[in-house]
Amino acid sequence: MPSIVRDALGIGVATGAYGLSFGALAVAAGLTVPQACALSLLMFTGASQFAFVGLIGGGAVAAVGTALLLGARNGLYGLPLAPYLRPRPVAAQLLIDESAAMAVGRETASETRLGFWATGAAVFVCWNVATLLGALAGDLLEDPGALGLDAAAPAAFLALLAPRLDMREPRVVAALAVGSALFVLPFVGPGVPVLVAAAVALACGLRS
Amino acid sequence: MWTPILIAAGGCYALKLAGLSVPRRLLDGPRARRVALLLPVALLAALIATQTFAGGFDARAAGLAAAVVAVLARAPFLVVVAAAAATTALLRLVS
Repeated sequence: MPSIVRDALGIGVATGAYGLSFGALAVAAGLTVPQACALSLLMFTGASQFAFVGLIGGGAVAAVGTALLLGARNGLYGLPLAPYLRPRPVAAQLLIDESAAMAVGRETASETRLGFWATGAAVFVCWNVATLLGALAGDLLEDPGALGLDAAAPAAFLALLAPRLDMREPRVVAALAVGSALFVLPFVGPGVPVLVAAAVALACGLRS
Repeated sequence: MWTPILIAAGGCYALKLAGLSVPRRLLDGPRARRVALLLPVALLAALIATQTFAGGFDARAAGLAAAVVAVLARAPFLVVVAAAAATTALLRLVS
């Protein structure tokens, strides 16, 4: 099995554990099982989904608005990946943190595509199956944190980002992104810190 | 409940599709290409920081430190992820 596929399956399984939590949490927040599954199938972006079910009790506007703010970064991943991904309407549905992280910075176009599609498909299947199980059965995995799984995503992103930090400019941008995101974190809503970091990257890239 | 679900899901999908549909010629200049390459670096770096430190300084920070060590030791991808999860879980177990 190519290592990219193996890594993609690993990401799918680790993400699936959170799907169990999401399904259980969605039902606890008052959604029906079909509604919980519809969110995972149609929205398919974990952070937005957790925010949506967490806020929907307090009103639809905040829930929808926060989900969109958290989902905005998926669009930004599309910019470097657009030349590689067809058909676009299908690729768009699978465009999330994990699939983008596994695709950007690959040596060849075919590795970029494999990283994207393998990760997108693995996470999509695991996430949706787990959502259904969690919604039907309640919290099968009471706290993914007990298994340290909340540290899995940042570690995965670090491992995928590290090879790109061998040059000065990406290193400077990464440092500025971390600094600016953490600086604004206490003052702004969910989803905004990473968008501030994106603005910093934009400024750095446009500077002649 | 279905209306906000469908609006939010449709909006999230539209955002994804919009990014993939930006016309190629807008991304063709050297500056635009540089921005497109730097964006994921900034987004992932910011995600690492916010997901690790959103709850203050806790066991996840130790997990990230373990991941840094594993990356520097050139460990395979899944070993890096497992090292972070195991470190975080162990620390929670003993504290």
